[in-house]
Amino acid sequence: MNDRTLEVRNLTVAIPTDRGVVRPVNDVSLEVPAGSITGIVGESGCGKSMTARAVTGLLPYPGKVTGGTVRLCGREITGLPEKERRKLRGSEISMIFQEPMTSLNPVVKVGKQVDEAIRLHTECSREEAKGKTLAMFREVEIPEAETRYHCYPHQLSGGLRQRVMIAMAMVCRPKLLIADEPTTALDVTVEAQILKLLERLRVAGTSVLIISHNLGVIAQVCDFVYVMYAGRIVEQAATEVLFSRPAHPYTRGLFRSVNSLREGSDTLETIPGVVPNLLRLPAGCSFSLRCGQCGADCEKNMPELTETEPGHRVRCFLTGKEGTE
Amino acid sequence: MSEYLVEARELTKEFPAAGKKTVHAVSGVSLQIRKGETLGLVGESGCGKSTLGRLLIHTLQPTSGEVLFRGQPVTRMKDSDFKPLRKEMQLVFQDPYASLDPRMTVRDLVAEPIETWKLCGSREEVTDRVRDLLRAVGVPEEFLYRYPHQFSGGQRQRIGIARAIAADPSFIVCDEPVSALDVSVQNQILNLLKELKESRDLTYLFISHDLSVVRYLADRVCVMFLGRICEIGPTEAVYEHPRHPYTRFLLDAVPVPDPAARGKEVRLLKGEAPSPADPPSGCRFRTRCPYATERCAAEEPALRDVNGVQVACHRAGKQ
Amino acid sequence: MLRTKQKQIEQAADLRLQSQIGEEERFGDLMRRMARENKTAVISFFVIILMALAAALAPLLTPYEENGMDLLHRLSAPSAEHLLGTDEGGRDVLTRLLFGARVSLLIGVVPALLSLILGAVLGVIAGYRGGITDAVIMRIADVTLAFPSMLLAMVMMYALGGGILNVFLTLTLVNWANVARVVRSQTLKLKNSEFVEAARIIGVSRDRIMRRHILPNCLPTLLVLFTLNIPASILTESSLSFLGLGIQPPNASWGLMINTGRQYLYNAPWLSFAPGAAIMLTVLAFNFLGNGLLDVLDPRMQKQ
Repeated sequence: MNDRTLEVRNLTVAIPTDRGVVRPVNDVSLEVPAGSITGIVGESGCGKSMTARAVTGLLPYPGKVTGGTVRLCGREITGLPEKERRKLRGSEISMIFQEPMTSLNPVVKVGKQVDEAIRLHTECSREEAKGKTLAMFREVEIPEAETRYHCYPHQLSGGLRQRVMIAMAMVCRPKLLIADEPTTALDVTVEAQILKLLERLRVAGTSVLIISHNLGVIAQVCDFVYVMYAGRIVEQAATEVLFSRPAHPYTRGLFRSVNSLREGSDTLETIPGVVPNLLRLPAGCSFSLRCGQCGADCEKNMPELTETEPGHRVRCFLTGKEGTE
Repeated sequence: MSEYLVEARELTKEFPAAGKKTVHAVSGVSLQIRKGETLGLVGESGCGKSTLGRLLIHTLQPTSGEVLFRGQPVTRMKDSDFKPLRKEMQLVFQDPYASLDPRMTVRDLVAEPIETWKLCGSREEVTDRVRDLLRAVGVPEEFLYRYPHQFSGGQRQRIGIARAIAADPSFIVCDEPVSALDVSVQNQILNLLKELKESRDLTYLFISHDLSVVRYLADRVCVMFLGRICEIGPTEAVYEHPRHPYTRFLLDAVPVPDPAARGKEVRLLKGEAPSPADPPSGCRFRTRCPYATERCAAEEPALRDVNGVQVACHRAGKQ
Repeated sequence: MLRTKQKQIEQAADLRLQSQIGEEERFGDLMRRMARENKTAVISFFVIILMALAAALAPLLTPYEENGMDLLHRLSAPSAEHLLGTDEGGRDVLTRLLFGARVSLLIGVVPALLSLILGAVLGVIAGYRGGITDAVIMRIADVTLAFPSMLLAMVMMYALGGGILNVFLTLTLVNWANVARVVRSQTLKLKNSEFVEAARIIGVSRDRIMRRHILPNCLPTLLVLFTLNIPASILTESSLSFLGLGIQPPNASWGLMINTGRQYLYNAPWLSFAPGAAIMLTVLAFNFLGNGLLDVLDPRMQKQ
């Protein structure tokens, strides 16, 4: 019995473009222990969504996995043909997205969509599928499940649609649920409910990989966090450790930004500059251009992930030394 | 001369919806904004905050009620009388991708208000003024002739802000200006907005669903639910001692970036979000409120003063 | 203190990051991308250029005259002297083809351009103004579209008489409604976009919004419509001439050539086949080019 639901090692994704090859995922290694909620945090363009897509095998053309492996419960899935991959999706790995409106078929009733998901992966009759769907709706706390079963997506609120998505993703009891910005498009009161729901799913035995740019969401539900920047993992630690002792200048910059906002300082802390264009990454550390502590070494070489304390790894030459900030 | 720059009196906006229904986007809202003030407007989707923002800059005509600018009612003004006021009130949009014409250069985008209001003589003068504006918002001059799609979200937002201040308005409605941005960029834009407000003597209506952002910028904050004001008052007072149940739920629901705050029992709203096409009678929040009584269904609560904060709740003041 | 340092870092970072802003995508890049993705479109582009050149330089490319009759050698098969044979008047078919290209290409391009302008202007006004203006313009367009275009063209040519200017007029009036409809629907969509709302809030006049915001954003569609309307015009003219309603002899146009060649289809098939092939080639080339442009321009707008 493998205690790691997902194991990603040295994953690299390359996308050829007009102006050269872009690597939105560059030598990424992470794991989702069984029964945990693991988070990937980062801003737009850092590669977190692409990592998820690479794991599920849904990379947009012409992207390709050019290196590394992905293991689901010990089983290697990177090289599998599309046919096998399709069998896995929905039954072993499920994914929910930011915009449920665009992921649900607008012209099919939601109940039927979930039924379809069931019957794709398991042998059962229409009645049995409907039964399972209704049970799942109740489990994800969709009120008036029988009525809602016959609704179209546009007739439901954002929160309900997201619950339908979760129901569809969970109905075959996948081992791994990947949630890509699941609450970003939702109101804050609905967000709170959905996060509680995700917590319950974990308790029920599904491992969750949650992707978000919202530090609050990550803090609330994750056990372990990976921080990504420009396609690489720059820091990883257990949640309490990361939030109390962030080591990478980028992570610290993020926390400073968020905290200065919460504390209402006179001028807000920022990370100067913008996220780099993946086509024109600086030589050396990708964060060097924006880093207040950038040294000569940082401009020439890319640091490796080094362990600063058990379970806490940082990709920076300056860790171990006291930060100036 | 009125002491308020912008005033709303019993503003109501209703939209026709499919099936002979009406969407009550804004219902009977009255508020005042002083010159130099930043009023924060918070609420979730469907509360009417975007609609209210647009009503206040007279780009949307209310179904009933009045909007006053510098004491003058503008709602039923003739177009020719209103024309000079048009440039006094501007809007910064939420979506930095959709609010800039993809086929115009940065120079032309920011120049448009200047050219429309003929604020400069020659083309050269206009370009110079655009350069000044871009400098003020932190966009390098070299990109004067680039197109929007070549910039990041934060930079586009800066361009949008430059455009909004180009004709020297006095009142700007910021409609979720940082919601689409990453947190590190968001702070840059917030700093910019604060700085511009001070240097250009602006008045803001700052609309957001993000409570921490509003707390940073706003002097007073107004909480809306389904077209009505729940609570309005000085920012700190509302955040420290929220009196309306909805405000309390809103503040509680925000996920705190601190794992130590986990496990705290968060009260969740009961029931379903009501639709603006079919609002509950009396207090519109009552179907989700754990404290609702019969009076809440029968009688719509009016805004009452409780310790310097206006609250629309029958139970307020009785805690 | 911290603020100054913050500002310094910010400025330094901004300077270093200036290179991060995307490069200007020049027209050349667009063409290169089309070259890579859609070779047929590029080939078509060059075919059209070649044809245009051949048409323009017609007198230089052939020793024969357009109407040089030579009754001794009428209806002769393709040979070394007459690469495509001669017609019933002994005129060199290839020469007639080249001169006819001028007429046919002109007939393709000019009405397509005119109907584009007319249709775009009316379409944007109808879409933006709405109300009665919209209703009136669209009803006229609907009526125009309700008639089969050939029938409409025939009726008009019959009423106006022959001659190239009348052909231009007819083809323009037959094709504008299609453009208007497409532009109108684009206008309706653009009218609700945020940047148009922004222009309204700035105080930009309605006319200026139509001119500077809506029409330029219809440009990709218009370009494609243009390239696709050209073959439509050529075909319609060819049919008109075939029926004797368009270009009058002794001027050459491909349609006319097909018409006159009809009588000799058994003993001199090249008379009709040559212009027929020329029309087919032209129409295909414009169609492929139009499709190629569609592919290149549309996803670019959405890719961001």
